Amino acid sequence: MQKRAIFTGKALPYLLLAPQLLVTFIFFYWPASEALWQSFLLQDAFGLRTEFVWLENYALLLRQPDYYRAIATTIVFSVAVAALSLSIALLLAVQADKRIKGAGLYTTLLIWPYAVAPAVAGVLWLFMFQPSLGLVARGLRSLGVEWNPLLNGGHAMALVVMAATWKQVSYNFLFFLAGLQSIPRAVIEAAAIDGARPSRRFWTIIFPLLSPTAFFLVVVNIVYVFFDTFGIIDAMTGGGPSKATETMVYKVFFDGRLGGNLGGSAAQSVILMLIVIGLTAVQFRYIERKVAY
Amino acid sequence: MASVTLENVKKVYAGGVEAVQGVSLAIPDGEFTVLLGPSGCGKSTLLRMIAGLETITEGTISIGGRIVNHIEPAERDVAMVFQNYALYPHMSVYDNMAYGLRNRGAPKREIEHRVMEAAKLLAIVEFLKRKPRELSGGQRQRVAMGRAIVREPQAFLFDEPLSNLDAKLRLQMRIEIRRLHNRLKATSIFVTHDQIEAMTMADTIVVMNQGHVEQVGAPAEVYRLPATRFVATFIGSPPMNLLPGRIAGADEVEVGRERIAFDSAAFPVEPGRAVEVGVRPEDLRLETDGTGTLTFTGDFTEELGATRLLHGVVGDWAMVVALHGPAPRGDSFRLRADPAAVHLFDPATGYSLRRTGQSSA
Repeated sequence: MQKRAIFTGKALPYLLLAPQLLVTFIFFYWPASEALWQSFLLQDAFGLRTEFVWLENYALLLRQPDYYRAIATTIVFSVAVAALSLSIALLLAVQADKRIKGAGLYTTLLIWPYAVAPAVAGVLWLFMFQPSLGLVARGLRSLGVEWNPLLNGGHAMALVVMAATWKQVSYNFLFFLAGLQSIPRAVIEAAAIDGARPSRRFWTIIFPLLSPTAFFLVVVNIVYVFFDTFGIIDAMTGGGPSKATETMVYKVFFDGRLGGNLGGSAAQSVILMLIVIGLTAVQFRYIERKVAY
Repeated sequence: MASVTLENVKKVYAGGVEAVQGVSLAIPDGEFTVLLGPSGCGKSTLLRMIAGLETITEGTISIGGRIVNHIEPAERDVAMVFQNYALYPHMSVYDNMAYGLRNRGAPKREIEHRVMEAAKLLAIVEFLKRKPRELSGGQRQRVAMGRAIVREPQAFLFDEPLSNLDAKLRLQMRIEIRRLHNRLKATSIFVTHDQIEAMTMADTIVVMNQGHVEQVGAPAEVYRLPATRFVATFIGSPPMNLLPGRIAGADEVEVGRERIAFDSAAFPVEPGRAVEVGVRPEDLRLETDGTGTLTFTGDFTEELGATRLLHGVVGDWAMVVALHGPAPRGDSFRLRADPAAVHLFDPATGYSLRRTGQSSA
């Protein structure tokens, strides 16, 4: 039985929608349009005069080698986090899908990291890898690795990648597990009888059937890495050392908030906004087609 | 092709549930054997153990003389047709059928040849490029069969493959599978809960109940000479009538105030013994000339076209009579049971009291 409420007037539906629309408007459309407007403005250092400069902010931005470095950093960071978190999550989900004792507990524990706030996660990993006191850092040092994310850009990048991956694995794990559980067991049994050994079953049957889930997760993960990792980077490295971990989002914050370049920062936000809109469009298009197999 | 032998096979699940309680069976090479029983009787578990999808708690299963207890499903060289077909949804019909051969590293040429041959046999050549979701239930069923056939396995296993089809298609596939078997002569084990499917398709029926085998025999044999009360009531539609009685004379049994004659040569039972009397609805006849021994009070008739089923009571017991002639008027009749078709069962154990090695008319 489908339950459906039928409204005769127009007032009540709009009233019921109002809170959500209000929230969306105040926290999304308003700041977004503000940013768009600001990206066309140039302000002097004291905030006394504001000038409308058309696309000059964008032009300035695109002439900045720093901006390209931030783009490169973002690409390295997002590819690393997406690839790592997706493959680790898939591996864990395949294990959890086996009918073993304690699978429920294992699943619950795996979901926990997702509930940890990004900044907290960042601090947690920071402690573990703190060069002089951190547990893991000391272990690394005893193995002869000169671990120092405060000085070594590569180390700093590895650190934020680890923390961001750790947070995202839970989310990916849940989707992969649900995806695995929706594959009919009989199909896998049929493959087993058809002479496919476990690894071949995985690559010829299970993985192709998971591809819609995987595609969805790739898009979600890229969005996550682009935006939600701000807290981790801010808490762990602050974009350093010498901007080795400054991603596009962090640069928006750094230039606008710390550097006082509001126009340039707004222009960067608008570019990021376009990227998200593009990603979302791609995702909706494919989700609507249900990624055919 | 190969024979399949089960020796005292048991399956106990983790919770202590005994799904299969010591089954021994010899399935000869090239025969079509049907495992028949109600849901939960262990027939599917048994089939899955043969396939290698369930572990064997005790006993041995051998295929073609090789004990397969600890051999992976992939290495057992059997093919299975599942209830929901279990086709690979992301592959075309051709790839579905070729998958097993590819896994075994068959040359491309041979794969093509065998898939085409099976597709022709099953009349699915035109669908080879389609995906399973673009096919109807009956077509999917054929693809599932095709996937099994191209493998040319030691044995075919069918796990209730017809139960998802509508009645008309089921009838058609039943005949087709049997025709296919007559052509391929492949050892086949077919699991079903549908006794008509079992009767019409099997060379041998294995009737199972609560994890053990009740009777093994040709369809006509399990129908005419049921070894237990369970087999008597499970096979035949409508089921056999059962009435409690007591042996009253050399060849007569007393049911309430009525009497039923039986074949004392087939059932050597001493007088005075309590028995359960079984008579199939079609072995009862209306008698208008006074030779009837049972007073039947009907209350309701089911018209089936060729026959009609009269539901009613004899004494205190419900009874069904199948009539070929026109339905009589009134609702009280005299009935006569064909003595050669009267069965006697031990009321305590449910076993037939028939003399062993005896066959009846």
